[in-house]
Amino acid sequence: MGDWIIAFVCLIVIFMCLAPMLTLLSRSLSDPRSLLRNEVTLLPKGLNFNAYQTILSDSMYTRSLVWTAILTGICMALSMFMTTICAYPLIYDNLKGRRFFNAMILFTMYFGAGLIPNYLLYNDLGLLNNPLVLIVPNCLSVFNVIIMRSFLFGIPDSLRESAEIDGAGPIRVLVNIYIPLSTSVIATLTLFYAVGRWNGYGDALFYMFRNRDYYPIQYLLYNIISGMQNIDPGQTDIPMGASDTYKAASVMFATVPILMIYPWLQRYFIHGVTLGSEKG
Amino acid sequence: MDVPVRRLSPKYKNLLIYLSRYWTLYLLLLLPITFFIVFRYIPMTYIQIAFKDFRLDRNIWQMSVAKDGPFQYFQQAFKNRDFIYALRNTLMLNGLDLLFGFPAPIVMALLLNELAFKRYKRFTQTVSYMPHFLSWVIIASLSNQLFATTEGLVNIWLRGVGFDPINFLGIPVNWVFTYCFLGVWQNLGWGSIIYLAAMTSINPELYEAAEVDGASRIRKVWHITLPGIRPTMVTLLIMNLGRILGSDFERPFSLRNKLVYSVSNPISIFTYDYGITGMKFSLSSAVGLFQSVVCVVFLFASNAIAKKLGERGVW
Repeated sequence: MGDWIIAFVCLIVIFMCLAPMLTLLSRSLSDPRSLLRNEVTLLPKGLNFNAYQTILSDSMYTRSLVWTAILTGICMALSMFMTTICAYPLIYDNLKGRRFFNAMILFTMYFGAGLIPNYLLYNDLGLLNNPLVLIVPNCLSVFNVIIMRSFLFGIPDSLRESAEIDGAGPIRVLVNIYIPLSTSVIATLTLFYAVGRWNGYGDALFYMFRNRDYYPIQYLLYNIISGMQNIDPGQTDIPMGASDTYKAASVMFATVPILMIYPWLQRYFIHGVTLGSEKG
Repeated sequence: MDVPVRRLSPKYKNLLIYLSRYWTLYLLLLLPITFFIVFRYIPMTYIQIAFKDFRLDRNIWQMSVAKDGPFQYFQQAFKNRDFIYALRNTLMLNGLDLLFGFPAPIVMALLLNELAFKRYKRFTQTVSYMPHFLSWVIIASLSNQLFATTEGLVNIWLRGVGFDPINFLGIPVNWVFTYCFLGVWQNLGWGSIIYLAAMTSINPELYEAAEVDGASRIRKVWHITLPGIRPTMVTLLIMNLGRILGSDFERPFSLRNKLVYSVSNPISIFTYDYGITGMKFSLSSAVGLFQSVVCVVFLFASNAIAKKLGERGVW
């Protein structure tokens, strides 16, 4: 009896998670007129792919989508490189100054300068409205460094020591021993960085608002959804209510990539989240 | 004037040997440490703008202290109605988040832990993580579709079963609860990961012993599972209490609409509106500094209290 009640509650949770996405999908595939008549609920009415065709012919949208994909790729690679070279030296217990480096890094997790000091600094550095501002200032997350460090700590010291006796320096040890053993944490953190970059738009809003050519997709979506930016249908006979299907289709397109990837990495990120909670 | 190595004291000799072996570690740290200095510590020197009058034609060190004393902009902030509202909204939204958002993942984890069908459990988990991977812009657009008064799905269903539609998004009180609900929804599955991990480390013999004593399922949850995840709960509670005056930007910014500005704008939006849109750099920095300092104080205080109560604490 108790088992079935629990199973039923879980079913409600599943429904609450899936129903919104299903609505979104069916709105993007429906005939705009049935949308206006409020006939579309969970399944599409008057199935067609016009909305997808239209948004894919909107050059601003496709450009932003491609740019965000490139940007996410760059950020993933750079962030993983930085995270690894930051976390790895910190596991050497004979590293002189380790406590200082640890404290210096941890402090930035609890105290930040705030929006305007950052804004003024980027202004002085010439980063405002420069696409680099979306890449460099947040390429290293302290939280992820901690996860990486905890993971590397878990690799037995004896492996490192025997390699050192054979004359391998720290970099050789990192490349030949630590990185091959760390694929799971690398997958996890890559996912975290990728999701963060793909889904974020605050930095674009703060520091990039004048450079429309390099809007990341989420910022463009914000503008589309709040009505500040319209999808250009490229034709004149647009049916009433079509803009709602465009909105749904454009949101769908920006969401699907991540939703396709995350289930496959589930095993890894569960481990990563757990590591993050064991810091000290 | 070269000093031969053999004339150095043993201490320096050891240091040289040490450095010759491990200098590459410092080489690796060079880039990350430069990053932290340039993008985390140098901005802190710009905080002085909170005490100074901003001038476009001077650099930050040359600007002069605010003419009504260094705390002029802090005083101005506390006389500013928008800021007082922002402060209230921050506390209100975070407080409600804590009230609903903190227990929800625990309940979810308990449910999953008790779920007897393994494959179904895995599927539920996978699906429940999904909202965590959606951006707030996307969640905002979903919430518009679901909760809009005339064309929202929920209201279509409500009308279908004969109820009056509810204006979820256009009335401040309703908006606040929708905001909280969406937060719970987004974090329900993701937040449960940490608790599930804590539950797997509970000694199974405890359950077996309870079984022998004839304990019911609910008693086992109450006397074994919940005490088992208590350290995790306390740690997360401290982190949440420490963030009570912190504020997300993208979440309220994406979800808000013109009808609810009186409740939807926390400090993060205030600093954006006044600082970047309104170019009031000093006032905005003063508010930002106030927020950062209070956050640190809260975090240390809640950690200290937890330790006083005999808990593990965050550090």
